[in-house]
Amino acid sequence: MRTVNDLSREVRSKNAGPFWVTMEVFLHDAAGLAAIAFLDERVIAELYRVPEGDVQIFRIPSLNVVKISFPRPVVQGSLHDRDMHAGQHHVPLATLPLPG
Amino acid sequence: MTVRVLVPTGMLGGGFPPETVARGLDLGADVIAVDGGSTDSGPYYLGSGIAKTAAAAVARDLRVLLRAAATAGIPLIVGSCGTSGTDSGVDWVAGIVRGILAEEGLSLRVATIYSEQQAADLKEHLQQGRVHPLPPAGELDPETLESCRHIVAMMGHEPIAEALTAGADVVLAGRATDTAVAAAFPLLHGMPAGPTWHAAKIVECGGQCTTNPRAGGVLATIDATGFTIEPLDPAVACTPASVAAHMLYETVNPFTMREPAGTIEVADARYTALDDRRVRVEGSRFEPAAQYTNKLEGARITGYETMSFTAIRDPHILGQITTWATLLRRMITTWVRDTLGLGPEEYALDIRLYGYDAILGDLDPDTRPPREVGVMLLVNAPDQQTATAVAKVANPLMLHLPTPDMDYLPSLAFATSPAETERGAAYEFVLNHVVDAAPTSLFRIHLEDRDAYGK
Repeated sequence: MRTVNDLSREVRSKNAGPFWVTMEVFLHDAAGLAAIAFLDERVIAELYRVPEGDVQIFRIPSLNVVKISFPRPVVQGSLHDRDMHAGQHHVPLATLPLPG
Repeated sequence: MTVRVLVPTGMLGGGFPPETVARGLDLGADVIAVDGGSTDSGPYYLGSGIAKTAAAAVARDLRVLLRAAATAGIPLIVGSCGTSGTDSGVDWVAGIVRGILAEEGLSLRVATIYSEQQAADLKEHLQQGRVHPLPPAGELDPETLESCRHIVAMMGHEPIAEALTAGADVVLAGRATDTAVAAAFPLLHGMPAGPTWHAAKIVECGGQCTTNPRAGGVLATIDATGFTIEPLDPAVACTPASVAAHMLYETVNPFTMREPAGTIEVADARYTALDDRRVRVEGSRFEPAAQYTNKLEGARITGYETMSFTAIRDPHILGQITTWATLLRRMITTWVRDTLGLGPEEYALDIRLYGYDAILGDLDPDTRPPREVGVMLLVNAPDQQTATAVAKVANPLMLHLPTPDMDYLPSLAFATSPAETERGAAYEFVLNHVVDAAPTSLFRIHLEDRDAYGK
């Protein structure tokens, strides 16, 4: 099954300060950008189990990038934070199957 | 009129080839700017006031940069000294600088800028309605301020510019925005705000905006209509995509970024290749804010932690690893109650199955049985002795706990002896707020005499 990863040069995640996580999908081309148009606030909210209203999505056609930001469900460095830099949280997004 | 800003690396102590700095001087650098900190490695560094970087690594970088600044007669600016920018962090870097100046016989005038805040002062600001939450934080209560071990305010460029105007050759700043460190000198010399702030954001991580982030830093040349950026290593390139993409890095919003004095707006910026390794950027704007604000960062102690680590290779246990982990938690809770008399509300546990789902938990899309699992037990308690006592009570379970269907006791693979490691105080970030202020009112600038160092 084809995934977001298959359309991308890189999928990455990182803290944007202690209280936010941000992710970028670097698509190979404009066709890839069009193919992940299904990635909206609701899809991200379900994938990461966060409130839909907290999700911000930015599409940047000049770079073939989709950027996604939402508040960290677990604050950085607290007892139950297992990813200090949020650098491995791109995996559910990268391995998400494409629809159809 | 142009101002050229040399950024040797994204983090003081991160290292860079010394010849890249020499090349920056050859290209006519007017100032060297480098960031010394970040919140990115967690709350410990602010909470404890101890730096993440090794003193020897910071000294190695500073020796190259201080020599370069003295040779070229240009200022050196270091922001967020000591990782978190506490007063202890500024003093730590200042001590390293003093040692190098004396050893090298350099006569440079050093300014230190302190950004640590007192809870009592901030409570006054809070009562006057001058403290505001940033999303996703709520309103601040005064007890939260009291609970912090350290609170810093993030300075804009103004305190740094003031120190330079007063005659500093070397400015060692406490907590500062990543961009203020690179923006201070160009703004002081009349460069326009839009290109200056945008350039400062692009260069703040050194070579991150190039095709090879490990090959040293960059030089930004700012002028009246925009800026040009090039890598210091001649074998490395900046491309329109590598430069534009850096606005994505560690930012919530790739088009706008708030600074104390206003907002950087780059939605209309145009990135053009001047040749195969230099990029020209025009069209960036800076919108002044109606109210000047400084962001606050604070960390408090949540308790004291003890860690224990065992590992499992037996496929029988690995085949039902979540059942085993659930049993482990239940047994620890029972044994701690029976031996220490502590209820589950009197301490906290985190059991992490490395090799199975430790990082992503129930977000993990892959639920296949693992081949090998490291079991980390983290105990958080109000004091160290209690945390360690809980971990020691858990020790026989982490050595011998079977799955419910086993009629013998397995022996699992502890990684170390002793199995427990005391981690000391654990911290958390608690402030995500700004305070209305005048540009330099929260910061203390101290300019040392040139002759304070051995000549």
